[in-house]
Amino acid sequence: MSDLILDVQGLRKTFRLSAKQQKIEKTKQKVKVAVDGLSFTARRGEIFGLLGPNGAGKTTTLRMLATLIKPDAGDALVDGASIVSQPERVRSRIGFLTSELKLEDFFTPNYLYDFFSDLHQVPDEVRKPRKQALFSRFGIDQFAEVKVADLSTGMKQKVSLVISIVHDPDIIIFDEPTNGLDVITAKVVTDFLQELRGQGKTVLVSTHIFSLVEKLCDRVGVIIDGSMALCGTLDEVCQGKSLEDRFFALYVERMGKDA
Amino acid sequence: MKNGMLTIFRKELARFFGDKRTALAAILLPGVLIFAVYTFMGSALSSQFSVDEDFVPTVQAAALPDSLSTLAGQAGLEIQPAAGVDQAKALIEGQELDLLAVFPADFDDQVAAYDASSGAPAPAVELYYNSASVDSSAAYEMMSALLDSYESSLSNKFDVNPGSQAYDLATDADTAGTFLSSMMPMLLMIFLFSGCMATAPESIAGEKERGTIATLLITPLKRSDLALGKIFALSIIALLSGLSSTIGTLLSMPALMQMEGNVGAAYTPVHYLALCLVILSTVLFLVACISLISAFAKTIKEAQTYVTPLMILAMVVGVTAMFGGGASASLWAYFIPFYSSVQAMVGVFALELNWTHLLITVASNLVYTAMGVWGLTRMFNSEKVMFQR
Repeated sequence: MSDLILDVQGLRKTFRLSAKQQKIEKTKQKVKVAVDGLSFTARRGEIFGLLGPNGAGKTTTLRMLATLIKPDAGDALVDGASIVSQPERVRSRIGFLTSELKLEDFFTPNYLYDFFSDLHQVPDEVRKPRKQALFSRFGIDQFAEVKVADLSTGMKQKVSLVISIVHDPDIIIFDEPTNGLDVITAKVVTDFLQELRGQGKTVLVSTHIFSLVEKLCDRVGVIIDGSMALCGTLDEVCQGKSLEDRFFALYVERMGKDA
Repeated sequence: MKNGMLTIFRKELARFFGDKRTALAAILLPGVLIFAVYTFMGSALSSQFSVDEDFVPTVQAAALPDSLSTLAGQAGLEIQPAAGVDQAKALIEGQELDLLAVFPADFDDQVAAYDASSGAPAPAVELYYNSASVDSSAAYEMMSALLDSYESSLSNKFDVNPGSQAYDLATDADTAGTFLSSMMPMLLMIFLFSGCMATAPESIAGEKERGTIATLLITPLKRSDLALGKIFALSIIALLSGLSSTIGTLLSMPALMQMEGNVGAAYTPVHYLALCLVILSTVLFLVACISLISAFAKTIKEAQTYVTPLMILAMVVGVTAMFGGGASASLWAYFIPFYSSVQAMVGVFALELNWTHLLITVASNLVYTAMGVWGLTRMFNSEKVMFQR
């Protein structure tokens, strides 16, 4: 097996609930535990999937790994850098893409690519050929000088994807990579993720779509209610059943009720 | 090594100047508008309270004495005999007649016979006019002046300022300095503040609102570089906007105040340098303040709401320039944000440049700005501030 590149150890994150949120959630607790002692590892050259229903804590986990938010407890080593004590080193090693990260409408893909390359301190002689390759790979070259505001949703998503990897990171973290995309664009994205794996990159995706996990992922972690219900290779997790059946069986086991 | 601060700085400027319409509206428009409005106000004011140069009032008089009829002719007043007092009053009410002067029947004799030391009431002249009419008021002034000069010519014991030489020894520079030092500090504070308001909430609260700041925060960019890059770029834009407003004001000043020539002529390059230093440090401080508030706000609108009280405070402090007769002499005044800037500007405009006060102002503004940058860096690092919904 290839070596470890991501080592997540006991991540925990809680959020304070406002009085209004307490009413909605029908709870008297002031604090909601979003992620509760989550641990897993990922290796070089694999696609790791975090599978779970909405609100299970997938996005919160990925945001902690991307250093957008800080864990209450636990740590994760990203290629040896701690997300708690070395966030800047982590940021230069990962590419993070989620619908939460927006591009400024006013600028063109070309400008934004150069801007983010500068922020990642990519040398000019590396930036130019890389931009050309990525732009033509995703068909952005015809739209390179069109303002982001005027691009289609699919094209925006492709530009966001390209921008997130201007620094050629070894770890790529995608939150719901195909959400809101049409089947064609979704396929472009999943094909690209497999291509990245072929280059020896590690890809971490979160999703609630079983078929995506079955199609893409080498290993999968099932998150239910903030903690890891099961983690292993796709075969280990499925145990001969379909992923969907295994998931619902786990869900009933964990939550003690029918899904 | 690429410099993160410089990258952010360039992006902010590209964002602002790339949008030609916004850039024009924020920079050129204030200056042009201020020039147009002030010039119009100045000429409207002067035309409202003055009459044409070749104005000849229509005046009627009852029992006009011969002595005055000659004097009136010399002064260019054409006085008609009144047909009737009540009739003439009605004409003045209707603004068809400017003035009615009613003399006692034997005015000249009464005046000649009157002894001021007797204590008896002096012979009276009654002037009827209509203060609602500019022409009538002017006629009243002319007639009063004529009568006054006639009165003093009868018993001339001494004169005050009889010659035509200049008795007011204030130089043009003093006049301009007194006037500008009471007006400009407040105007400059308002102009600079509006310049900051036009961009800082957009650039910081706007990026939060649109979710583009998170995209910046996941890059290895230092938070302090983000804060500095934004503050420097926003300061330049605010300065340009303030400069345009200031030029507009200075150009319209002669028309507004009926002053002759170039109002800035009294100032030397040293004054301009001093003013630039104060303005520069003030803008940095203002931008840091507004940026902090904008980083705290969730939306642009919220940021603008929070900043408004600060703007009112800056204006009120600016008004202090109009009172107190010149710049504050106490040292501690130059450590107070806003107030120090206003007082330092008063000093420069009033031609009472004090380098100690000026340098304390600049230094304290820079220290407060540095604190602002530190605070902004902390806020960019805080997930609560950046991602609260």
